[in-house]
Amino acid sequence: MVGAACALYAARAGLDVRVVDRGPVAGGTTGAGEGNLLVSDKEPGPELELALLSARLWAELAEEPGTAMEYEPKGGLVVASTPGALAALRDFTAGQRTAGVTAVPVGADRLRELEPHLAPGMAGGVHYPQDAQVMPALAAARLLRASGARTHLGHTVTGVLRTADGTVYGVRTDRGDIHAPAVVNAAGTWGGELAALAGVRLPVLPRRGFVLVTEPLPRMIRHKVYAADYVADVASDSAALRTSPVVEGTAAGPVLIGATRERVGFDRSLSLPAVRALAAGAIALFPFLERIRALRTYAGFRPYLPDHLPAIGPDPRAPGLFHACGHEGAGIGLAPGTGRLIAQALTGGAPELDPVPFRPERFDTDGGDAR
Amino acid sequence: MAERPRLAVVGAGPAGLAAALTAAARGVQVVLVDAADQAGGQFYRQPAAALGARRPRALHHQWRTWERLRAGLERHREAGRITALTDHHVWCVARDPASGAFGVHALRGPAQDEGTVVRADAVLLATGGYERVLPFPGWTLPGVVTAGGAQAMLKGGLVLPGRTAVVAGTGPLLLPVATGLAAAGARVAALVESAGPAALLRRAPALAAQPGKLAEGAGYAARLLRHGVRVLPRSAVVAAHGTGRLDAVTVAALDRDGTLRPGGTRRIRCDTLAVGHGMLPHTDLAETLGCTLSGTSVRVDAEQRTDVPGVWAAGEATGVGGAALALAEGHIAGGSAAARLHGTATDPRRWAAAARARTRLREFATALDAVYAPPAGWADRVPDDTVVCRCEEVTAGEVRGAVELLGAGDLRTVKLLSRAGMGWCQGRMCAPAVAGLTGCPLTAGRRPLARPVPLGVLAGLPDTNAGLPDTDPGLPDTDPGLPVTDTGRAMADAGHPVTDTGLPSADAGPPETGVDRPDTDGDRLGPDTKRPGADPVPPETD
Repeated sequence: MVGAACALYAARAGLDVRVVDRGPVAGGTTGAGEGNLLVSDKEPGPELELALLSARLWAELAEEPGTAMEYEPKGGLVVASTPGALAALRDFTAGQRTAGVTAVPVGADRLRELEPHLAPGMAGGVHYPQDAQVMPALAAARLLRASGARTHLGHTVTGVLRTADGTVYGVRTDRGDIHAPAVVNAAGTWGGELAALAGVRLPVLPRRGFVLVTEPLPRMIRHKVYAADYVADVASDSAALRTSPVVEGTAAGPVLIGATRERVGFDRSLSLPAVRALAAGAIALFPFLERIRALRTYAGFRPYLPDHLPAIGPDPRAPGLFHACGHEGAGIGLAPGTGRLIAQALTGGAPELDPVPFRPERFDTDGGDAR
Repeated sequence: MAERPRLAVVGAGPAGLAAALTAAARGVQVVLVDAADQAGGQFYRQPAAALGARRPRALHHQWRTWERLRAGLERHREAGRITALTDHHVWCVARDPASGAFGVHALRGPAQDEGTVVRADAVLLATGGYERVLPFPGWTLPGVVTAGGAQAMLKGGLVLPGRTAVVAGTGPLLLPVATGLAAAGARVAALVESAGPAALLRRAPALAAQPGKLAEGAGYAARLLRHGVRVLPRSAVVAAHGTGRLDAVTVAALDRDGTLRPGGTRRIRCDTLAVGHGMLPHTDLAETLGCTLSGTSVRVDAEQRTDVPGVWAAGEATGVGGAALALAEGHIAGGSAAARLHGTATDPRRWAAAARARTRLREFATALDAVYAPPAGWADRVPDDTVVCRCEEVTAGEVRGAVELLGAGDLRTVKLLSRAGMGWCQGRMCAPAVAGLTGCPLTAGRRPLARPVPLGVLAGLPDTNAGLPDTDPGLPDTDPGLPVTDTGRAMADAGHPVTDTGLPSADAGPPETGVDRPDTDGDRLGPDTKRPGADPVPPETD
């Protein structure tokens, strides 16, 4: 997804773009994602600014012809089950509001106006109209096509070409070299491996998530609904299993329940504790789901960087190399803003956001800035 | 808990029965788990007792083999060596990382909404196969059923699906379906087989090595003749017609290369079309356990072991080859599992005869596969507006667009970009068609949930940290002093949409089919055989 967005905005900035992927379009984490475009789960800071920029861009992209991607500006609803959780949530939203997020408090009595099937007894919640959703695989495919970039799908990058002075001038693939004055690393969870091919370190780790998909239903759930604990889980550094499901209906009918967070490497095998926790969490929010059948479950691997921020921008350690990866679970939501920042960096344009927090070399202790 | 090691056998068809009997005879406590209300699988599918069928054997061959298996099962059940759990729909088999034990997770109850877990020291997957059906215009009309579905109706419910039938597609299943329908009183207007006689001749040496099977084929031919069934070889149904319901099909003659012969079409009136294009293995449970697949089949070694310790596989799941092959493989698997569970060395001499039968029957199956391949160019003949994925109503044009316009290069991406295979059957029905239409290789889909599971059952899964319990009330070792705990019960109305049109995609699970192939050695199978080379049925010795 991030690669497709980079291709789109780079091409629109007038560059000749080639996209290389060892798999098909959306073959990595994109194809396992839910398509969350969330501002609600982000605290004030650089990621939220990128999310707000991206939310505006997503709305624009969805208006363009030929980009049917099940975009739904459905809004998010965060619910708190206890007065204590509600108070914490209200504090959190106060900060978000100053950063430009629309966050509307919803009293306990009004929750079921927004979500008629929500469990009774919740303390209250917050409505986030800026939260939206796309079908991520479709979005990536549509943006890639709209970019007009030439694609090399099924081609594996085996090396990054560098001159004697270290300048990057292209990539080597299993089917030949591609020369270019700039290479963008949008390899997601595998971005660390690609960086290593260029001789630089980028500590991207996989953080596994399971998603449950139900049978198709008429629209029973209107928003992206999640419990207030979710924000704490997203920000957590724990390797252990954490679940606080986001429950939502989709345009196509099935309800998506996602997602767990676990750092267990690239282990795709089914985890019954993970699906049990997802199902239990979803039923706690929407009791009617107890009788609904899950048709499938699948795992994806979020590209996780130690400070939960993506790496976006030029890499001073390898001139010509740019990074656009490490978005953890927010890659779909943050993709257009990332693409814009990359296009601006590639063409020497003024960045729309402060790029400093996203500097790819920030984990380099030798560089003196270990966060 | 039982002292004897416990083997869970999933599937009570020929492979599972043979495995269960062999393992039980060798001192293993066997739990035989099956979705149907009686053992037998698709091949030995039994009419419901309430129907009072007087001569169910008329619809079966290998009836004596079945009677022996059934008698053996009864004997072991009475002796407490086999527990047969019927009406258990297994949705997942998982290994508990802490104890190393396996949990067989199933749904039971009339609505399949009660969760249950069977604990076992080892697992033997005899999950069978399902039918491949390729699309053509009109294939979703009511009146179009799968060949296996038609046979299942005949065997299980003894109902006649229609009055004037055409049987079409390719594969050895079509012969018993046509004769079965005719014997049950339908007028079979034509048997349309895309393979030609020349293809059979080309494989003659491998096929001739199975004289019993050729004789059986000849027997079907005679029966077809007797019922006046017109056989149209090297032909295909290219369209089904009707308004609201099937009333005719268009049959086209094929050239030797599979293309349509110009001017070679005819219209045949019928109200039932039974169509099938061979079988595919059920591999979901194995795939989720981490077993390596070979193509679309579970890979096994000479002892029928998968590459996951403690997991065996036998029958159609390891490669479609018919009931006799399934019996041989099940016998070997059961013997191997028993020896390994007892910690003794396996002795392949104990199943040498079955191993010889397995070799022979696998060669035969390979030869049949080559003969009964879908005709070349079938996919090009599917118009863009034909629905390919029935669950999500995705057309051939949309499937093609996912590749040509959007950059999909494999079945999973085609699914993501077109929704083909995202619905109730999770692509079991349409994946072969999508593969053919797109040129993507047919790979086994990753389906951790082998059938739809109520979220309430998932939420009620036992905490594996507390050790893996048995929760099934049908198990003998459940302590009567403790209440039996279901792992979750969703009082669902099962709400799944059983399609009332066209193919019987059956219940929540994969399409049910018959696996009846003309693959028997008739009554020469079994312990009373004079032929040492055909003894895949377990010797009933303790």
